[in-house]
Amino acid sequence: MKLLEYKAKEVLKKYGIPVPEGFVVSSPDQIRAISGPVMVKAQVLTGGRGKAGGIKPAQTVEEARKVASAIIGMKIRGYISKEVLVERRLDVAKELYLGITIDRSRRSLVLMASPDGGMDIESVPENRILMISLDQFIGYQPFIGRKVASFMDLPKEQASQLANICQRMSELVMKEDAELAEINPLVVTKDRKVIAGDAKVTIDSDALFRHKEYQSLPEDLTPLEEKAKKLDIAFVQLDGNIGVIANGAGLTMATLDSINMFGGKAGVFLDLGGTDDPEKVKSAMLLMREARPKVILLNIFGGITKCDTVAKGVLDAIDSQKVAIPIVARIKGVNEEIARTMLKDAGMIPASGLSEAAELASKESLRSV
Amino acid sequence: MAIIVDDNTKLVVQGITGYQGSYHSKAMMDFGTKVVAGTSPGKAGEKVNNIPVFDSVSEAIETTGANTSCIFVPAPFCKDAALEAIDAGIKTLVVVTEHLPVLDAIHFVSVARSRGITVIGPNCPGIASPGKAKVGILPNKIFKKGNIGVVSKSGTLTYEIVNSMTERGLGQSTCVGIGGDRVSGTSFIDILERFETDKQTKQIVLVGEIGGTAEEEAAEYIKENIDKPVVAYVAGRTAPPGKRMGHAGAIIARGRGTAESKIKALVAAGVKVAKIPTDVPELLT
Repeated sequence: MKLLEYKAKEVLKKYGIPVPEGFVVSSPDQIRAISGPVMVKAQVLTGGRGKAGGIKPAQTVEEARKVASAIIGMKIRGYISKEVLVERRLDVAKELYLGITIDRSRRSLVLMASPDGGMDIESVPENRILMISLDQFIGYQPFIGRKVASFMDLPKEQASQLANICQRMSELVMKEDAELAEINPLVVTKDRKVIAGDAKVTIDSDALFRHKEYQSLPEDLTPLEEKAKKLDIAFVQLDGNIGVIANGAGLTMATLDSINMFGGKAGVFLDLGGTDDPEKVKSAMLLMREARPKVILLNIFGGITKCDTVAKGVLDAIDSQKVAIPIVARIKGVNEEIARTMLKDAGMIPASGLSEAAELASKESLRSV
Repeated sequence: MAIIVDDNTKLVVQGITGYQGSYHSKAMMDFGTKVVAGTSPGKAGEKVNNIPVFDSVSEAIETTGANTSCIFVPAPFCKDAALEAIDAGIKTLVVVTEHLPVLDAIHFVSVARSRGITVIGPNCPGIASPGKAKVGILPNKIFKKGNIGVVSKSGTLTYEIVNSMTERGLGQSTCVGIGGDRVSGTSFIDILERFETDKQTKQIVLVGEIGGTAEEEAAEYIKENIDKPVVAYVAGRTAPPGKRMGHAGAIIARGRGTAESKIKALVAAGVKVAKIPTDVPELLT
């Protein structure tokens, strides 16, 4: 679960990492007083805010309100900024980068630091980025902070501030179950303070059961995405016209690849996870109808459930309202033949293999254009 | 031969009294696995599918000599279950449980690897050596005994590919679903290494998907260390890019992680790469 900047900064603050003074508002007239120059920052769950005009300076209350009214409601990469963060403007002497995330290859947390922080961090050469694995058995130790500080080449006073931030950030990651904590830029101010200019924190959504405080946070989802999420179905909108329902991420992706090879294009896909639960298949069919594709391709590889039970769920779902769009259905597993006959009798297009199903669905989608 | 699970596997099922544990312990026995025990705290003395239930893994090992465990317990209790099995002396651990917090996975996987214990998963369908044993939830009917080793990150996609192989008469030595989570106990490389030395395995199928750099690392390894023919499929050539947060992932990946990058690395290592999963059997010799 991604946190908005102001939420992420609250978490940083909780762990004693310095952040600029500031407050959040959802309407410009909530800005009453500011002490000195501020930055008004859009609050959206995406990067590239600055380039999109979502971050603006202001000197006075009037100016801050004016800027805020332009930013509130602004759409940045598909996300609407409902709030703005108004915070004291930092006198930047230097911008650093500090992040902790998961290193899949090393099966550990990894701390990353660079003296070249800022917007272009991804193109910084490898030798300017320090990566330190946080070993499970060693954990965070002060030597790690010393390594980071020496890599950054900072004077002693700031080096100790930085080492302290490293320690607190690793504590944050472990205690809050964060899969990402990133400060970019980590600002060294002209008066020699080290402060988090921006903050990105993502909480591991699989760990939310032990972090109730994050469960109620709103997420930026469309109504259909919201419905799908409640059913534990992955729902992704694309730009083609075939609606794909499959079970399991790998199989869903393979289905998209196969459609593509036969000239079709997926418009939306629903991944039920590694299950063939007939109830879930039925819910997915109902959701899919709301997404209004031209053709539906159902590809279920069954493990333990009987195909005829899954087919019955599909038929129940389309029975409630008359379906005018073609449905190509491929259900693999026990009692496959019975399911095939049931689907055929109901006017669907049964397929026996993945490539056959992809070919049929693609043909149908091209015909209906 | 086969790898990791075979005739010597004596299995304890952790969480055997739950729906999944009970259903799949039966399915595993039907496959031929020696399921010798189950655990469920507070339910010692009960029987599930005629398998004795114990309170703890150590009691199960003491009484039955179990050497392998399959974990079905819910995510919040999974780390505890895995560490209990490791502490009790289990040598091979198959973790089916999904939605496990990544820090929990890092914890028990680190402990297991430091002690030379094999962990398959978490969030994996398990492992099957046709004609010998299966540990996990893979459907029994898709397999056929043979000499092709299969290693895959995916669940249902593995079934799809194995099924298409079996339909063409291409049997398997062992099929390993290593799991698609960010932190897995066993990597492609660990399994490739075992297939290379396994006498039964003559060819290898590798099924990857976008994200992470495990396929690129596997390609490097294949180039240097694998003489047996390898066929691969990488899912996600046409998948939409995910909504990204922060720069950390990109800094680690350095341009790797896409289907193009993986396919390119595999082809450069002499691997035949299928465009769609059902083409895999055609590329096997």
